[in-house]
Amino acid sequence: MNLDELYQEVILDHYKHPRGAGLREPYEGESHQVNPTCGDEITLRVHVDGDTIGDVSYDNVGCSISKASASVMYELVNGATVDDALARLAEFTELMNSKGQAEGDEETLEDAVAFAGVSKYPMRVKCALLGWMAFKDALVRASTPGRTEA
Amino acid sequence: MEAVTKLDVEAIRADFPILQRRIGDRAIAYLDSAATSQKPVQVVEAMRRFTEHSNANISRSVHTLGAEATEAYEGARARVAAFIGAPSANEVVFTKNSTESINLLAYAFQNATLDPHADPRFRLAPGDEIVVTEMEHHANLIPWQQLAQRTGATLKWIGITDHGRLDLESIPEVITERTRVVSFTHVANLLGTVNPTSQITARAREVGALVGLDASQSVPHIPVNVAELGVDFIAFTGHKMLGPTGIGVLWAKADLLDAMPPFLTGGSMIKTVTMERTTFADAPAKFEAGTPPIAESVGLAAAVDYLDKLGMENVRAHEKELAGYMLERLETVDGLAIVGPRVPIGRSATVSFTLDGVHPHDVGQVLDAEAVAVRVGHHCAKPTCDRFGVNATTRASAYVYNTHEEIDRLVEALGKVRKVFG
Ligand SMILES: Cc1ncc(COP(=O)(O)O)c(C=O)c1O
Repeated sequence: MNLDELYQEVILDHYKHPRGAGLREPYEGESHQVNPTCGDEITLRVHVDGDTIGDVSYDNVGCSISKASASVMYELVNGATVDDALARLAEFTELMNSKGQAEGDEETLEDAVAFAGVSKYPMRVKCALLGWMAFKDALVRASTPGRTEA
Repeated sequence: MEAVTKLDVEAIRADFPILQRRIGDRAIAYLDSAATSQKPVQVVEAMRRFTEHSNANISRSVHTLGAEATEAYEGARARVAAFIGAPSANEVVFTKNSTESINLLAYAFQNATLDPHADPRFRLAPGDEIVVTEMEHHANLIPWQQLAQRTGATLKWIGITDHGRLDLESIPEVITERTRVVSFTHVANLLGTVNPTSQITARAREVGALVGLDASQSVPHIPVNVAELGVDFIAFTGHKMLGPTGIGVLWAKADLLDAMPPFLTGGSMIKTVTMERTTFADAPAKFEAGTPPIAESVGLAAAVDYLDKLGMENVRAHEKELAGYMLERLETVDGLAIVGPRVPIGRSATVSFTLDGVHPHDVGQVLDAEAVAVRVGHHCAKPTCDRFGVNATTRASAYVYNTHEEIDRLVEALGKVRKVFG
């Protein structure tokens, strides 16, 4: 196994210096996700401002892959339109399910392409997706009728 | 105690082809036997021979193969009974694993509670108490937790000291006149603690409670004799003791098995059946509904033979030595903290630890790259993790086939972890 491929510089950097970490107000949707096999956890909040993601804030414990992934996701979706954020989510999920076959589009996924190597390790794919699952869930909650204006 | 002879580890390793397996360009150092052990060729061969030569369903067919299969299955039962010092083979119930064994017991209480004519020892009511410990595997916690919720009984537990031992001083408060059953782990799967049993069993007797052990991590590693332990039941699982997956054991005293309502019902567990009602077979058949793990029982018997030949006292001595070495070497690793007893006394060769600033998942991944196999996570003992304020640990566990060199490789690989995440 090639460790460098899994633990790329970019990933270790995001792990050691997570972007956008911490829980903030305001937010319309919050999600708590756990990875039952290893105990990784994340609480994530989404603030939707009209058509755009006004803020994504989170608090997490976990391995380098799950923490780095949340940090990379923050950079990708924070300030993006909701549609773009959902497109990134779909793209990243597809990359993670590619079993090492895809490389990811650096134009759109930016630092997240560093996770292409993770897709070869089925035990770690869940770690990489944990933050994204929380984002997806929080976004659904944020748009639940009664929570925000359409 | 018989004189201890040193295990011939080289000869043992030759019986385990999987230990030749290479991960990348290195032979595997398998330090995850607490999760599941490897199987010697003798076990695989016994199962293959049975399947190729004698396979048939048991207790159903008069043909030669059916008779051979029945004999093999009942022979395995007798073999397991002798191994744990059970007075009768009929006290050995084959299940799927420890988890099912413990559920079988918990459901005996639940089903008895629903039946006014059931044996009062198994009938629970609000105010009754069930006692476990804080160091249980979820398999010996959740079934009792559920039972308490469904019957209105109260679940209580014996806590853990900072040194990873049971808080024995609390026994008189935790086990009271209201306690009906005490079920505790003999050897803890995360902490590696070997629990002393006599104080708990004595207190349980004093208050008239039933008492038993989750012996999943003891039967494979130390001599276990149910008569000497003086308990009412024990549960263990084949795959952790050199045997196959798919077979476990519940041992319980004959008079208890007689009194317990069945858990699973269906074929092979009956005396008579009409459209209205059924009478049940005697134990152990009463608890073995459906086609049991037949080939697996043959494998388990071969595993027991293998362990007997090594001698359980010798197995214990070997692992005590490895535990001491592992603790000593691990303590030299920068930033490493052991979760559990730090001395090789009253302790198994299962050692959990945290590495400052590195998540166990990452530790396990780097170790895998060095062909060192350990387990990472909460080890199905979340309350134990909470007790020590960690959300996961890395756990290395040794068995009959492990060597000092493999422990050296573990320690070396932990140095590599430091490099990657330094
Ligand atoms: C102490 C203990 N109890 C119960 C179990 C459950 O064993 P099984 O999964 O075979 O039912 C295990 C193993 O994981 C264990 O270590």
